[in-house]
Amino acid sequence: MTPRRRRMVLVGLVLAGIVVSAALALRAFQLNLQYFFSPTQVAEGEVADARNFRLGGMVLEESVVREEGSLTVSFVVTDYLHSVPVEYTGVLPDLFQEGKGVVTLGRMEPSGRFVAEQVLAKHDENYMPPEVAEALEQAREREQL
Amino acid sequence: MIPELGQFALVLALCLGLSQAVLPLVGAHTGRRDLMALARPAAAGQFVFVVLAYIVLTQAFLADDFSVRYVAQNSNTELPVAYKFAAVWGGHEGSLLLWVMILAVWTLAVAAASRAQPAVFTSRVIGVLGIVSVGVLAFTLFTSNPFDRLIPAAIEGNDLNPLLQDPAMVAHPPMLYIGYVGLAVPFAFAVAALLSGRLDKNWARWTRPWTVIAWLFLTIGIALGSWWAYYELGWGGWWFWDPVENASFMPWLMATALLHSLAVTERRGIFKSWTVLLAIAAFSLSLLGTFLVRSGVLISVHAFASDPTRGLFILLLLGLISGGALLLYATRAKLMVAEGGFRLMSRESFLMANNILLVTATGAVLFGTLYPLFLDALGLGKISVGPPYFNLVFLLPMLPLALLLGAGMHAWWMKMKGAALVRKLAWPAGLAVAFGIVLPLFVFGQTSFMTAIGVIAGLWVCGAALLDPLRRLLRPKQGMRLTRAHWGMVLAHFGVGMFILGATVTSAYNIETDRGVSPGERWETGGYEFLFRGVRDVQGPNFDAVEGEVELLRNGELIALLTPQKRVYRVQQSPMTEAAIDGRIHRDVFVALGDSLGGGAWSMRIQIKPLIRFIWYGCAIMALGGLLAATDRRYRHVPERARAGPAIEPGAVGEA
Repeated sequence: MTPRRRRMVLVGLVLAGIVVSAALALRAFQLNLQYFFSPTQVAEGEVADARNFRLGGMVLEESVVREEGSLTVSFVVTDYLHSVPVEYTGVLPDLFQEGKGVVTLGRMEPSGRFVAEQVLAKHDENYMPPEVAEALEQAREREQL
Repeated sequence: MIPELGQFALVLALCLGLSQAVLPLVGAHTGRRDLMALARPAAAGQFVFVVLAYIVLTQAFLADDFSVRYVAQNSNTELPVAYKFAAVWGGHEGSLLLWVMILAVWTLAVAAASRAQPAVFTSRVIGVLGIVSVGVLAFTLFTSNPFDRLIPAAIEGNDLNPLLQDPAMVAHPPMLYIGYVGLAVPFAFAVAALLSGRLDKNWARWTRPWTVIAWLFLTIGIALGSWWAYYELGWGGWWFWDPVENASFMPWLMATALLHSLAVTERRGIFKSWTVLLAIAAFSLSLLGTFLVRSGVLISVHAFASDPTRGLFILLLLGLISGGALLLYATRAKLMVAEGGFRLMSRESFLMANNILLVTATGAVLFGTLYPLFLDALGLGKISVGPPYFNLVFLLPMLPLALLLGAGMHAWWMKMKGAALVRKLAWPAGLAVAFGIVLPLFVFGQTSFMTAIGVIAGLWVCGAALLDPLRRLLRPKQGMRLTRAHWGMVLAHFGVGMFILGATVTSAYNIETDRGVSPGERWETGGYEFLFRGVRDVQGPNFDAVEGEVELLRNGELIALLTPQKRVYRVQQSPMTEAAIDGRIHRDVFVALGDSLGGGAWSMRIQIKPLIRFIWYGCAIMALGGLLAATDRRYRHVPERARAGPAIEPGAVGEA
């Protein structure tokens, strides 16, 4: 091969590599987009497919139930317009409390129960996750209509 | 009265900053020496007043002056004194003051170390640093004044966020900021070079040590943050691809690219416009990081403030500073002429690949970080991008980078024969592959394709880094002299290899279980035996806690008594998990207390993390390598060398 052709082959290989990587990256991006929905959006059927999504709202007062000695907890996430029952097995984060904001990641079961893989509460105690604050705001507006 | 003194000092600093920003630049443009001579005194004056303001704020914390709103929000009489010092930067306003103070320190250091350089150039550098300083000072004074009064004064303070009451957290913000802000120096050097139209090897030689020092602090800062997240956020992960982490990681990636590009510009006088662009991009990303973290658009422990005017102000500042620099770049790009060429098989090519891959990774991370924010801003729904995306788009360019890195360290400048490189590296490569496959199988009994690749990459980088020192050790007669910069490169790359090993092995062989346990219960996880003795109440200076006692045994012998805590800080009434870790060089055993399950039983998270310490040790070694490289002789004796003109150092194997 002439040096020129060798260079062209090299450039071609690099380009092919870039195209494949970009395709992989975009696919990974597509697969890992997590949408955020409020209980009202869930109730109105906005959750199209069976993919994982993030459900956020307030933990309904007096809804947290734990079987004694078990790691499974169930509670209700609400925007005070609609509610979704949630089940989670594992250790809850420090800031998880009834009457406080929460974001959970998981999927809907056909029974209408949301099974969470992850419960997030990274904010401090008085601080509301912006998504949750906005979801509550929207629920309040709809109620007034 | 004293807090007003702090405010007054800040206003004076702003005035001095304005003169530092305007006069030297005008002087350099018109050639007026009297104006250029003002650069250093103005910088020194600004430094004095910013430090004064900082001392005043610290004093307000130590004196529990709750008539200052910021102190009332972030301190408490019960807060231990050490944390009162740290609380100064525990909130938004104070951390900005820290930012400004660190910039003042950098400026002063540049002013002091650049006496041998042409006055026109240094006055431009100091002037540009002045512009940045004015922007951030104005931001502090007009939107986030730490000296605002609270009337009537609070009787008791709201206490420092319990998450921040931790030794690593005390050091993390200053380290990170020294790095973040330090990137302003190469930025200022780049803009000064664009203004003067003079961009040569000497420029790169002046810029390089500053960049390395900023980079090494950034490395330490990010590593401390990761370490803190590991044991303090309570759940044992060390990197979450949280937007806040990405905000600090992107400037780091860019600074790393910049370091390597500067090496080429310094040695060979090429890649000039690219280097300048990287310097602008690195600092822009650190400003963007400040915006992301401080504007409240992100949910995290860092989002102190969600005041939209603040976000707008930072965005405006970012637009002015980066936009201005890019505009200047666009008009001056044709002034940057390459002084030479290189062959495909040369160190230049490897460093170019390094730059392309690092910038690609930065772009992918930036995309994943900003895309959700754009969608949200346009009202198109709320999404977030999951960690698997970041893992993939980060690993995709990083694997080839690791493989090329080992070879690139041994490539010559200009040109070399591929066969010579293969001959030199065949042994280390073979050993890395063999051990990379066999070692995990031997130690853990199983491996996977990706794990093997990761371990091979780690061993390969470590081995390739140690090749030159080893040869020197084995054949001292051949007289290969290693410069301090070369040692720095060896160490930094060895640290990268350790990091890769740690990250790979931890994620592949990490054992993690949540379980409910009752007092007296014994169980086995990952070859270790655990015995839960029960919980008891303990009291700290400003918190109450439940403390669990867990015996860690191996082959029936007690190795450690682990005491994980569940704390409730009295003032903020917020619960906090303090994990207990038995850390050894080869593994961590991590136990965290969850919730009470009733009947004396508790939920507990138990993790065994092999080689996880390699992640942070690796970062520490990288930083140490940076320190060696930055203090190499040729930077300490710049004046003579600068006068001697561009000479190629004899005997140096090449330091990149």
